[in-house]
Amino acid sequence: MGLAKRIIPCLDVDNGRVVKGVQFVDIRDAGDPVEIAKRYDLEGADEITFLDITASSDNRETMVHVVEEVAGQVFIPLTVGGGIRTVDDIRRMLNAGADKVGINTAAVSNPEFVREAAEKFGSQCIVVAIDAKCVNEETCGKDEPRRWEIFTHGGRKPTGIDAVEWAKKMVKYGAGEILLTSMDRDGTKTGFDLELTRAVSDAVTVPVIASGGVGELKHLAEGVTEGRADAVLAASIFHFGEYTIEEAKRAMAAAGVEVRL
Amino acid sequence: MNTVAIIDYGMGNLHSVAKALEHVPGDHNVVVTSDPKQILAADRVVLPGVGAMRDCMGELKRLKLDVVVKQVADSGRPLLGVCVGMQAMMERSAENDGVECLGIFSGTVEPFGNDLLDPVKDEHLKVPHMGWNQVDQTMPHPLWKDIMPDSRFYFVHSYFVQPSGPEPVAGSVVYGFPIVAAIAKENIFAVQFHPEKSAQAGLQLYANFVAWDGQ
Repeated sequence: MGLAKRIIPCLDVDNGRVVKGVQFVDIRDAGDPVEIAKRYDLEGADEITFLDITASSDNRETMVHVVEEVAGQVFIPLTVGGGIRTVDDIRRMLNAGADKVGINTAAVSNPEFVREAAEKFGSQCIVVAIDAKCVNEETCGKDEPRRWEIFTHGGRKPTGIDAVEWAKKMVKYGAGEILLTSMDRDGTKTGFDLELTRAVSDAVTVPVIASGGVGELKHLAEGVTEGRADAVLAASIFHFGEYTIEEAKRAMAAAGVEVRL
Repeated sequence: MNTVAIIDYGMGNLHSVAKALEHVPGDHNVVVTSDPKQILAADRVVLPGVGAMRDCMGELKRLKLDVVVKQVADSGRPLLGVCVGMQAMMERSAENDGVECLGIFSGTVEPFGNDLLDPVKDEHLKVPHMGWNQVDQTMPHPLWKDIMPDSRFYFVHSYFVQPSGPEPVAGSVVYGFPIVAAIAKENIFAVQFHPEKSAQAGLQLYANFVAWDGQ
């Protein structure tokens, strides 16, 4: 009895179309964000995150329409990340029906933006996305604990900023939630970086979403039990029809994690 | 045709509320408005809200909608408060160093703070209280019709209401300790969670609201 840990499928959207090949056997249009979001809602997704990977800013308006369409038919929380750089970007997404926005690069280049956004729209809709990579994998050990630094521009650009300190700072600036992605694990299917997840989750007072590395269902529960995450985000294991959200939730429940079934 | 007016005072999630109300079955027309005449002429009224209390009350007062909400409350027509809309119905909130609220219900709005402990697991609880939690329907009410006991609703809040009056708590939720999830009196119902983000259970609550006569 109590608050459920959340499972959040994440969809990459390019020019209004879902990419990275979502594969449902009986879906008419595998690129239609509305159809896919509806499917995840039916399967019991607790929230849905859209990552706008549209390269050209001219096509940003497309994402607004996607959110409008989805929000008219799917009644669970929606988060939109990717290319959120101004107060006006946030306002447009929230007015279109998004509940939260993810801020990543813009927070690093200007932390005050997070403060301004939280003051204007409330912390509850400001998710700070952190892409972290271990920087002392070779040398760490007994005397030297693992350390992670944050990277921007899709994990390509190092910043030299410590990930745990950064998470704490972002909460102080008004982030209502942290979306934490391990760049080391992303795409590897070897599970979350549990040490990183736990280090950040223990350091901040707001909920933490673990991301990056899920390859099997047991990884999801580990993110909560060992990583102490409040929510887990995954993309490919759901998109390729390997597992349904419902199967994922049953596996989490079997591992003793409270979920919404 | 019935009209449901959603009070527009520039605070957040009212489009989501409108979309959910439009989605539920019923012969009703949804308007999002800050026009007192339209609000007072509507058959049912929703006071939504997201954001900081000082801004919410400031905007309600600036638009002279504080008086309008109280008139609706006294009129016997169904009135639904959602999240900060519910909190605004209390007498006073501790948010932003203290804000006077509408006083439709007796009691205050208090912060969770940053030292919230789970007494069972002896662990720190995250704030905001964010996600799907089970609501105990502590009294029968037309708005709970066809909603399973202990259904989960989506919450996101850092402050909670603490009623002090005789009005019954209609729903309760546990986050560290029991907190009020819904409160009711006569034609007024208010919820801390977001029905418009609570999938089937939330849509059912809105369907019940558009069918409710306020009795």
